[in-house]
Amino acid sequence: MSTASTAPLAEGTADGPVPVKTGPSGPRARSARAYLLYVAGKLGGAAVSLFAVLVTSFFLFRIIPGDPVRTMTHGRQVSAEQLASLRHQFGLDLPVWQQFTGYCVKALSGDLGISYQFHAPVGELIAQKLPATLLLTGVAVVIYSVLGLWLGTRSAWHRGRLGDKVNTGVALTLWSVPSFWLGLLLIITFSVGIGPIPGMFPTGGMESGGATGFAYVADVAHHMALPVVTLVAVGYAQTLLVMRASLLDEMGSDYLTTARAKGLRDDLVRRHHAVPNALLPTVTMVFINLGHVAAGSILVETVFSWPGLGGLFYQALSVPDLPLVQGLFVVFAGAMILMNLLADLLYPLLDPRVGR
Amino acid sequence: MDTTTVPRNARPSSRVRTLLAVGAVGATALALAAAAATPLNPAPRQVKAATAAADGKRTLTVAVSQSVDSLSPFLAQRLVSTTVHRLIYENLTNYDTKDNHAIPGLATKWEPSPDKLTWTYTIRENSRWSDGKQATAEDAAWTFNTMMKDEGAATANGSFVANFKKVTAPTPTRLVIELKKPQATMAALDVPILPRHEWEKVGDFSKFNNDKKFPVVGNGPFVLTDYKVDQYVKFRPNQKFWRGAPKFDELVLKYYKDGDAAVAALRKGEVSFAANLTPAQAASLAASRNIKVNDAPGRRFYALATNPGARSKDGKKFGDGHPALLNPKVRQALFAATDRRTIVDKVFQGHAVEGEGYIPPRFSAYHWKPTAGQKIAYDPEKAAALLDEAGYKKNSAGKRVGKDGRPLDFRILCHAIDPNDKAVGKYLQEWWGDLGIGLKVDCRDNVSDPWLAGEYDLAFDGWSVNPDPDFVLSIHTCAALPSTPKDTGATDNFICDKKFDELYAKQTTEYDAAKRAGLVKQMQSRLYDTGYMNVMAYPNALEAYRTDQIKAITTMPESGGNIWGQDGYWSWWSAVPADGGDTSGESGSSTGLVIGIGAAVVLAAALGAFVAMRRRSTAEDRE
Repeated sequence: MSTASTAPLAEGTADGPVPVKTGPSGPRARSARAYLLYVAGKLGGAAVSLFAVLVTSFFLFRIIPGDPVRTMTHGRQVSAEQLASLRHQFGLDLPVWQQFTGYCVKALSGDLGISYQFHAPVGELIAQKLPATLLLTGVAVVIYSVLGLWLGTRSAWHRGRLGDKVNTGVALTLWSVPSFWLGLLLIITFSVGIGPIPGMFPTGGMESGGATGFAYVADVAHHMALPVVTLVAVGYAQTLLVMRASLLDEMGSDYLTTARAKGLRDDLVRRHHAVPNALLPTVTMVFINLGHVAAGSILVETVFSWPGLGGLFYQALSVPDLPLVQGLFVVFAGAMILMNLLADLLYPLLDPRVGR
Repeated sequence: MDTTTVPRNARPSSRVRTLLAVGAVGATALALAAAAATPLNPAPRQVKAATAAADGKRTLTVAVSQSVDSLSPFLAQRLVSTTVHRLIYENLTNYDTKDNHAIPGLATKWEPSPDKLTWTYTIRENSRWSDGKQATAEDAAWTFNTMMKDEGAATANGSFVANFKKVTAPTPTRLVIELKKPQATMAALDVPILPRHEWEKVGDFSKFNNDKKFPVVGNGPFVLTDYKVDQYVKFRPNQKFWRGAPKFDELVLKYYKDGDAAVAALRKGEVSFAANLTPAQAASLAASRNIKVNDAPGRRFYALATNPGARSKDGKKFGDGHPALLNPKVRQALFAATDRRTIVDKVFQGHAVEGEGYIPPRFSAYHWKPTAGQKIAYDPEKAAALLDEAGYKKNSAGKRVGKDGRPLDFRILCHAIDPNDKAVGKYLQEWWGDLGIGLKVDCRDNVSDPWLAGEYDLAFDGWSVNPDPDFVLSIHTCAALPSTPKDTGATDNFICDKKFDELYAKQTTEYDAAKRAGLVKQMQSRLYDTGYMNVMAYPNALEAYRTDQIKAITTMPESGGNIWGQDGYWSWWSAVPADGGDTSGESGSSTGLVIGIGAAVVLAAALGAFVAMRRRSTAEDRE
């Protein structure tokens, strides 16, 4: 971030409106054209990545050892004829190249196939569970990103003081805690209740069932409280630490001295000058985290019996249920590509030097 | 303070503020929108849960962990799904809670023709579908015929109709099944009979999951009223069930993907019953008030399987099993050096029974014990002597070496996720190590591949046994071997023994129950003597329920048996609610809901106040 100090100086010295031409060949038009080119480049890159993911997902999961038919029928009364019939039904008796072309043609038309174990379209299964995952992980990521940004900024600004030590100490401790263990502790303490603490929250699930309207929203929020707290507690440290480190990088910069020399309050120097320049790495990480939202959190979803995609992925892998595992991989990777794309598109807005 | 040096339009703070604001608003919006948009479509469902206790509704809530694979009996293979089907549909027969013998279900009686090739079932007249229509022999004939004709409909239970030649329903109360060859298991057809008038509308059975229209039409003791993937399955009692209606007002299978969370829910009273407990969980629950731990004989056996040299039906050999294991004395020595008592006491912490015959003692009619002279007891000295006799003497380094100079170093396949396999593996390393035998405990996430390829020496094995033992016996016949090394057969560990096969063929056609049981015991005796399948223990089923919610419940076997995964619907059908108990288990949640919402409101207010204060403190600077 050593070069970042030039930008705010340029901005800071642009005291008053800069005279610009408004014609089609003026700097603004050139800047817009550059941005459009930048956007087009990023979109093209994302499309290529997505196609690569589509192809990779087919071969990646065929490397995993295991026979889906045997795993699914293990321990059950099945004849050799039934096993052969299931293989035929799933298309596993076809040569790999035929399976691959069939998969590509279908995938490009939006059909991800039929799950072996659930006998339902993969798209439908994913759509069924995606909202639950987006809700839980999405809320948690947004909360811990905002919390991490805020606490990281405070820690860096007051570096070395007691507040900073407590802040980073607590965050690092929570980060080291296994999420399933923390989740179980929260269930025992706040769901079942210990001593004077009453059991305030449900022990698991997403809803009690049957409620409608506001009661339903409140019911879901009630079920969501502990898993969100768990995810936030173990997750906010990384945003905090990245924000703290990048702000510390900025703090010795000349432009901050200039800002102070102009008589700005310390609070303003921090918020208006230092933080915006320290944001870029943090924003990258926040978007990476948002990319992970679709994948959910297998451990937290399991401990709180949250009906999300994390658990579905685990079940799909253990068979392996090839169409389902491929479909989920495409969705997870697609979400990551999309979020990276969004981050790329946002950079020029946060830092005008990007994309020029 | 002069702040005009910072042009308003260039203020970076607006971006930060916007980002934070977007974050906060996003979190709220996401929470509300996703909650509203979640595919949960709570339309015409019974409103209860939080208000259940107030309504006086007596709900029996059972914690389950396995996802339903399908609600169509043609497709469902998992235990939780077949349990659901056992509650909502009748099979032709059921099993007695005392000794598992076949008793009437949808059929009141069944008899074979003198040539043993035709079975006639009399269908009861007092079983109605939950939509009011009569359940008839035609429904049964349609169910079996569909499985015989349609590949998709044969997915789950095709093996039951593999030997059927023709199925007809000459009258509404008479079902006739013609067989290709005699079959002794005709009173054990665990196939749910479906209402033809509902199911014949289905187009593709391989894709129909029976999970869109509720209530599901059935004729079992319960009616399935609602289902949400990995959240719950709800039932109401079938008031017209011919055996009598269940006593609880509602049965809910509620999902707990984590065992410890299920135990917490049981402790709190959110669920009435939890199964598959670990010994530690059982010990901790045993001390709790209003909770009864049920430590019952299980239906599984836990065995040491030996690779007898993998081969296919075409006579080709494959795999790399250790040749020393083909010597019966070596197999006997290994089992004689396996302390089953210690395995039960230390690994299963007392929650198991020492293994002997192949079929667990729970199935008393078929359980067999070795005679005193036959039994291979734990005796390390005898084991050493057997190895000496077999020509595997200890060398100077203390290792047992064969005449070919190859040491006795074995591999044992273990399931990476099974702590029992790992613990027993460590004991075996110690016990067999004392004899001079090396053992590599090969724990894998997926044991299927080496297992099917015959690339192992020994393996930890276990099967859940049905009241009719035909299937667990069939997996050790030559007919179960794969056709070629590339194929997959139904075989368990490639055992192919002529004498065992002869006995198997005899029991298949023996319709006299006592004589058949005698043959099954002879088969177990043969299996024991050949020593390729050594049962070490029968693990118990550990489960617990709340006595303030369930007053009485039928176990299977009736005396000291288990509750979850019975052969039949006995436990949930017979469960009696406790008097005055809070059976909903959700009343605590409703209080919690209020407190929770209150806490959220306070938090939001605090956040709002904080932001407002921040804004005010810098207002001057912004002017």
